[in-house]
Amino acid sequence: MTVEISLGYDKEYVTKFSEGLNEPEWMKTLRLDALQQAERLPMPKPDKTKIDRWNFTKFTHDLRGEELSSLADLPNQIKDFVDQNKEEQNLFIQRDQRVAFASLSQSLKDKGVIFTDMNTAMREHSDLVEKYYMKDGIQVDEHRLTALHAALMNGGVFVYVPENVQVEEPLQAIFWQEDPEAALFNHVIVVADKNSSVTYVENYLSQNNEEEEAVTNILTEVFAHDNAKVSFGAVDNLGAGTTTYVNRRGVADRDAKIEWALGQMNDGYTISENYTYLMGENSLGDAKTVSVGRGSQKQNFTARIVHYGKASEGYILQHGVMKEKATAIFNGIGKIEHGASKSNAEQESRVLMLSKDARGDANPILLIDEDDVTAGHAASVGRVDPMQLFYLMSRGITQKEAERLVIHGFLAPVVKQLPIKAVKEQLTQVIERKVN
Amino acid sequence: MAGSTLEIKNLHVAIEGEEILRGVNLTIKGGEFHAVMGPNGTGKSTLASAVMGHPKYEITEGEVYIDGKDVLEMEVDERAQAGLFLAMQYPSEISGVTNSDFLRSSINARREEGDEISLMKFIKEMDGTMDLLEMDKNMAQRYLNEGFSGGEKKRNEILQLMMLKPAIAILDEIDSGLDIDALKVVSKGINQMRDENFGCLIITHYQRLLNYIAPDKVHVMMQGRIVKSGGPELAQRLEEEGYDWIKQELGIEDETVGQKA
Ligand SMILES: Nc1ncnc2c1ncn2[C@@H]1O[C@H](COP(=O)(O)OP(=O)(O)OP(=O)(O)O)[C@@H](O)[C@H]1O
Ligand SMILES: [Mg+2]
Repeated sequence: MTVEISLGYDKEYVTKFSEGLNEPEWMKTLRLDALQQAERLPMPKPDKTKIDRWNFTKFTHDLRGEELSSLADLPNQIKDFVDQNKEEQNLFIQRDQRVAFASLSQSLKDKGVIFTDMNTAMREHSDLVEKYYMKDGIQVDEHRLTALHAALMNGGVFVYVPENVQVEEPLQAIFWQEDPEAALFNHVIVVADKNSSVTYVENYLSQNNEEEEAVTNILTEVFAHDNAKVSFGAVDNLGAGTTTYVNRRGVADRDAKIEWALGQMNDGYTISENYTYLMGENSLGDAKTVSVGRGSQKQNFTARIVHYGKASEGYILQHGVMKEKATAIFNGIGKIEHGASKSNAEQESRVLMLSKDARGDANPILLIDEDDVTAGHAASVGRVDPMQLFYLMSRGITQKEAERLVIHGFLAPVVKQLPIKAVKEQLTQVIERKVN
Repeated sequence: MAGSTLEIKNLHVAIEGEEILRGVNLTIKGGEFHAVMGPNGTGKSTLASAVMGHPKYEITEGEVYIDGKDVLEMEVDERAQAGLFLAMQYPSEISGVTNSDFLRSSINARREEGDEISLMKFIKEMDGTMDLLEMDKNMAQRYLNEGFSGGEKKRNEILQLMMLKPAIAILDEIDSGLDIDALKVVSKGINQMRDENFGCLIITHYQRLLNYIAPDKVHVMMQGRIVKSGGPELAQRLEEEGYDWIKQELGIEDETVGQKA
């Protein structure tokens, strides 16, 4: 592995890359430190999934896509994710690491809202970005992939909502990998300052097939300061050849809320981690995820909520459908630290397998170091009931359509509860595509 | 010729290697209502499920035709497309799929692509039929059979029957669990279907249902076979005297399928 990392991506390369982007000095230093650490740190060890043969380290790093002159030029598959009828778009499109489209309403700009690509943010708001970038959310030295990410970060957005500002319309970011083999080291930071609120929705999209190998290493850090609220929606839809490591992490201060609505719809090997740290008293973390696996995809999903603040609440709800030969592990972890009294941790994981070769595993785990708390979990892993299919087919519905109805039905309770309308609609479309 | 014909010839059916049906012969034509009666565990539901194509039932011998077409060669959905319908003794519950989405998919499954029923027409038809069956309107938006009471499930089966308008329907204990008012309502629905293009096989334990839905023919099943057939008067006599006289007449000691004749 070490050999592969240094393949072309050495100190000299990283220095040049950083300087080429006119990055602040702190960023260059952070990258170079991280590069050194990447060589000695171990790979992450997702529970019950062996990843030593997954490709995370062979890739083409420095690629720039073209700008878009108009949204009408987007290919149809991407257009589906954009609401083109809106008068004012709060939309950001990144095409192979380059900003292809960016627009933020004047009223939000006037209120001091920042929604821009990571590179611009670093140059225009260097101190602000430095304050949040891989400090209290994700650490550089957690494992080889976090360090490698820090060394080679090549895309992403920065969102900042000032104190007392409520952003009513969702902000949307699309990360579109057009070149089938381009590697994406995307970094997203969303900061909601005190008493503010924002809804952010992102999509990772590519259409590469199994032979077109690509690597994606995504780190996302969300900060909700005192009494702020962040609704974070994502529909991941990367192609079959892309190996993905995605880590979305939230930090909630006093009375703050972070709601995650994640549609985990990649077609390739995927490790998806979603952690929420409930630091403040009375904070809330809510993670709802929907996943569909197909082909011979292997995936590992972890939703983890850690309670530090008193009277904090953490909810995890995961529903997954596995088709064909797909395999997935669902870990739902609620951890209550000593001192986080009156906290509540709830988890529910449900997996439906559609074929005899599909595999699913649900592991709800509660780790509790405090007496005065409430907690609960539920899990189920099962195959589609042949009686249900018989019933539906006896009304003239084909087997395929019957399976489609059962899958939609299985995912509906989660999809219905997703707090963001745009994500609900996108997800319904992607599920439709993956199920047919 | 008006209506369809379902022909069941010498049907033998096994479950997990055990023979349950041992040569059933029965023909149902459009316009005819047949009743099948018989003690518990004699193979009535097995007959219904096997004709519809339940995956657990293995046909070991015999033939089934609808209008001359080989039913046993068809997938379950093809059997429905060919005109068969089964109201099940224990309808499945399907979470997350609304009753109305399910019904609309079922109706559209019978239609060509591009010729789907319009939403307006569908809603109108569904509303009208639910009114007739005295069903609560919010049942349309509830998940299919999920949490429905026994009686509500049976009404829901008849709602589907009336909306799908099959050529031949098999109704397996559509009266079980119904209170007397519900029985009348359900019977009204079934009777409304009666015309020369609709044939029906009604499986029941009770003469009471047959007071509302007059059968043309009555059959008695024992040991996985039809052992006696007659007119409506046969059901009447069964109600009054039970099955013992038939067992005596035929020299049967144990009527369940586990016993050889
Ligand atoms: N899935 C099954 N697995 C094992 N045995 C079965 C199965 N289905 C039916 N049987 C057996 O086949 C026999 C006939 O059952 P069936 O359900 O056809 O009876 P029935 O005449 O409909 O009875 P009832 O009046 O109680 O509904 C019974 O002995 C039953 O236990
Ligand atoms: Mg029965």
